[in-house]
Amino acid sequence: MPSTHLPLLQVVIPLLAAPICIILHEKTLTWLFTFLVTLTSFIIACLLFQHAAQDQVLTYAIGGWAAPWGIEYYLDRLTAFMLVIITGLATFIILAAKHSLETEIAADRAYLVYCAYLLNLTGLLGVLMTGDAFNIFVFIEIASLSSYALISISRDRRSLYAAFKYLILGTLGASFILIAIGLLYAVTGTLNILDLAERLPEVGNSGTVFTAMVFFTIGIGLKAAIFPLHLWLPDAYSYSPSIVSTFLAGTSTKVFIYVLIRFIFTLFGIELSLEQVGMNELLMLMSIGAILYGSFQAIKQDSIKRLLAFSSIAQIGYMILGISLATAAGLAAGLIHVFNHAIIKVSLFLCLANIIYYTNTDSIKQLAGIGRRMPLTMSLFTVAGLSLIGVPLTAGFISKWFLIKAAMANGYLAIVAVIVFSSILALVYIWKIIEVAYFHPETEAVLQQTEQRQTPWLMYLSLFLFIGACVYFGVQTHINVGMAEAVAADLFRLQP
Amino acid sequence: MMCSLLHPGLILILAGLLIPLCKGKLRTAVVLAVPLCALAVVWNLDLTTSCSTSYLGFELQLLRLDALSLLFITVFAITVFTGSLYCCLQANSRELSAAFIYAGGAMAVVLAGDLITLFIFWELMALSSTLVLWSASNESSRRAGMRYILIHLLGGVVLMAGITAYLNQTGSIALTAMQPDSIGTVLILCGFLLNAGAPPLTAWLADAYPEASFSGMVFLSAFTTKTAVYVLMRGFPGTEILIAIGVFMIFYGIIYALLENDMRRILAYSIVNQVGFMICGIGIGTEMALNGAAAHAFTHIVYKALLLMSAGSVLYMTGKRKCTDLGGLIHSMPVTAVCGIIGALAISSFPLTSGFVSKSMITQSAVDQHILWVWLALQAASAGVFLHAGIKFPWFVFFQKDSGLRPEDPPLNMQLGMILFAFVCLFLGVFPNVLYAMLPYQVDYVPYTAAHTLTQLQLLLFSGLAFFVMLPLMKRTLTISLDFDWFYRKLIPQLVKWLEQLLSIVSQWLMPIQNKLMTVSLLQNASVSNRTLAFNLCLVMFLFVITLIYYLLV
Repeated sequence: MPSTHLPLLQVVIPLLAAPICIILHEKTLTWLFTFLVTLTSFIIACLLFQHAAQDQVLTYAIGGWAAPWGIEYYLDRLTAFMLVIITGLATFIILAAKHSLETEIAADRAYLVYCAYLLNLTGLLGVLMTGDAFNIFVFIEIASLSSYALISISRDRRSLYAAFKYLILGTLGASFILIAIGLLYAVTGTLNILDLAERLPEVGNSGTVFTAMVFFTIGIGLKAAIFPLHLWLPDAYSYSPSIVSTFLAGTSTKVFIYVLIRFIFTLFGIELSLEQVGMNELLMLMSIGAILYGSFQAIKQDSIKRLLAFSSIAQIGYMILGISLATAAGLAAGLIHVFNHAIIKVSLFLCLANIIYYTNTDSIKQLAGIGRRMPLTMSLFTVAGLSLIGVPLTAGFISKWFLIKAAMANGYLAIVAVIVFSSILALVYIWKIIEVAYFHPETEAVLQQTEQRQTPWLMYLSLFLFIGACVYFGVQTHINVGMAEAVAADLFRLQP
Repeated sequence: MMCSLLHPGLILILAGLLIPLCKGKLRTAVVLAVPLCALAVVWNLDLTTSCSTSYLGFELQLLRLDALSLLFITVFAITVFTGSLYCCLQANSRELSAAFIYAGGAMAVVLAGDLITLFIFWELMALSSTLVLWSASNESSRRAGMRYILIHLLGGVVLMAGITAYLNQTGSIALTAMQPDSIGTVLILCGFLLNAGAPPLTAWLADAYPEASFSGMVFLSAFTTKTAVYVLMRGFPGTEILIAIGVFMIFYGIIYALLENDMRRILAYSIVNQVGFMICGIGIGTEMALNGAAAHAFTHIVYKALLLMSAGSVLYMTGKRKCTDLGGLIHSMPVTAVCGIIGALAISSFPLTSGFVSKSMITQSAVDQHILWVWLALQAASAGVFLHAGIKFPWFVFFQKDSGLRPEDPPLNMQLGMILFAFVCLFLGVFPNVLYAMLPYQVDYVPYTAAHTLTQLQLLLFSGLAFFVMLPLMKRTLTISLDFDWFYRKLIPQLVKWLEQLLSIVSQWLMPIQNKLMTVSLLQNASVSNRTLAFNLCLVMFLFVITLIYYLLV
């Protein structure tokens, strides 16, 4: 039966497709091919999601070698939830890529972007799919290496330095994770996550496990850009091609948050990581720092990409904050925000990609008056911006609602105050763009934009899909909220 | 979707979305017909009609119709109608559209049967009222709009935090009478009060509203504060702290209005003052007091809209707002002046005007409850209202001196709007039972007793005398009076600036240390950008050590 191989196909299809991009070479052809591949992955992810939603855990032993000796692919609700987010984003972002890349990178290098894009997707999907701790490291490296390439491919020469910085810090992070896994292997003799989870309680009190936790926290903090380890993120997002920043903003940090959740809740277990070591308290401090620092920095930026990057740091803070509340409601809120933020931030970045396509700049000052020249794009940007702020009937509101509710349930008033305050800051930085776009007189860069260029309907299609999702998931919440709550219940081993 | 056709708020929101598509006569027809349709629909609804939808796993009640909500919907609808009549030929489509969505949001809040519905439309009101403000399209309205949305979003999030806490505690989202005894209800109360213009964040009202266009302020004055009054009546009747807050607002409004020179800011401060009366009534909380607060909300919306239409006409014809620039307009603008004076008499609760029949209920309820200081405060305030709004506005604008301006009365539709509301003010003053019949509780109150009428007349005549005796003191100069908004307009930006300076000093201090670190690092002769990289690396190491220590300690 072919469906039994779906977990493997999920990872292998993009992996095998990546080299084919190089063979195809021609940019339109590779674009179409990449789209078909990502679409296939998305369909597989949806099938797996349907499967997992019925509370069935699916395991797939690679090469028929059963776990814990062989590598096992492991699919539960959490995995399926993340798979759908990542493949969905990858598929619909690609729609906009063709035109956006034309203006931002040399035409003869476009196929390389698609190749790296698919490799990156492979890495991310592999991290999600695999049930083996060392295998996670391998896939992290695949994802990371391809993302360094993606960032550095931009025409903007600063991207080289951004990629280098990410390379150093990212490798450091990945090595820390590897060290943590190595230490765990040293004490338990196994690499399978479920197996590790069983054996760790026996050795839970040892210094080695503590050290592993420290290495893991720092490593994952670096990779997921949790404040104050976010230093690579603003440069990486702002100097890379728009499509690449869109994709990275939507997917890569989210996958590392998945790894964090998987390690805390499945591998280390709640007793060890939360109750004995109190990992969540440190994470909470980091997340509050992230929320405040990211929002304040975002207000000060002139480049919209950079502004959105800092806003991402703040939003990652929200997700970590949800997890660090150490309740099922908090974890669900964090996961809901992973889902919603992916959609919102991608919408914002895609609007920006549209703007850059026309004007070749993302400086707020130079984009004064853009709202009158590009009314459709800016009005969609406004919708996505309102969603980021958390206005009712948009996806952002749902996240904020569940997050505040979870924090209130714990009685953490200070946390609620931080969320309240930072949503005002979000209003300030989003409004800063909207205000300049609509109320200031047009600048040169904006006026030049009137020289006729054909409207890339594909970019609009992609944008409309994401904005539609922003509104849809603000109104209909049963898919994402229902799944996130089920995942949280699973991880806390609650009976539904 | 049947119920969206029966829901007056949704009808208005839908119309608001369609207005930008309409031009010329069609637009006029739409803006005049839709409020009347909404009114007709809501009066023909059965009180038991309900309309629910599910959201976030809750059953939302969009339509809760009873005497109280019907009263507010009625006055909102006639205000939208009159406001549209007043500006249907002059205002731009953006403003009318935003105003309709805003009014629709207000109606939906009034009809909301639960806190989540309330919150959704609460935020819609905040956004759309900001758009109304911005439709004036000038620099000052843009800045005021920014401050306005910030304050209201803050209030919105506080309200939301309150709702979630209330939900966690009680498991219910129903909008019923609450007591501010838990964190959830206290936050909900704060969110409500912010929109009512309660201290300490009162300043947004007089800061924002006068920056709207001549017609925008008519809409703005009616909805935000009055929906807040409505939800307070629903949620917190008889909460004692509201009496103190109300009295504070009453005197705050009077004092600042007396100091003010801009005619529309005078009227904005007087909104705070009048809402103070209502909140005081809610705080007293007896049936009589609640009736009084509801009736006062009704009459206040009408006469305040009338006053603002009159002031708006002056602004529209002359382009001037300051009392010092105006004066003597009664000869060239008789209709505007007469309507303005009727509004001024109504706000001072002159007998035979609508203000008299509503405000006296609140005062009477203070007497019935034997709260002497409140009664005294309210009486003193009545005199104060006459001073600042009753005499000051018409005197400085229409009489005083000859400013040399000779504007004519505004176009016919604007005159009609004013005349209609002037008529309503007088009609309700003469036939109070029409209003009393709509109130939520049984009324056995007769406003026109000899004693009561005489007391009020004496009060008004003596305060009028005082005004003219002290006229030299009342003369306004071009001054700005300081308010709480100084804190967020000046102090906080200044603090941020100081903080940044401090940080830059600290980082200069740290520079040598950082350089030391660099010299020991491998990247000794590296460029600046590589140095930041090295510094980042150091930071990672540093954090690593801290995390290690943290885990070992725990």
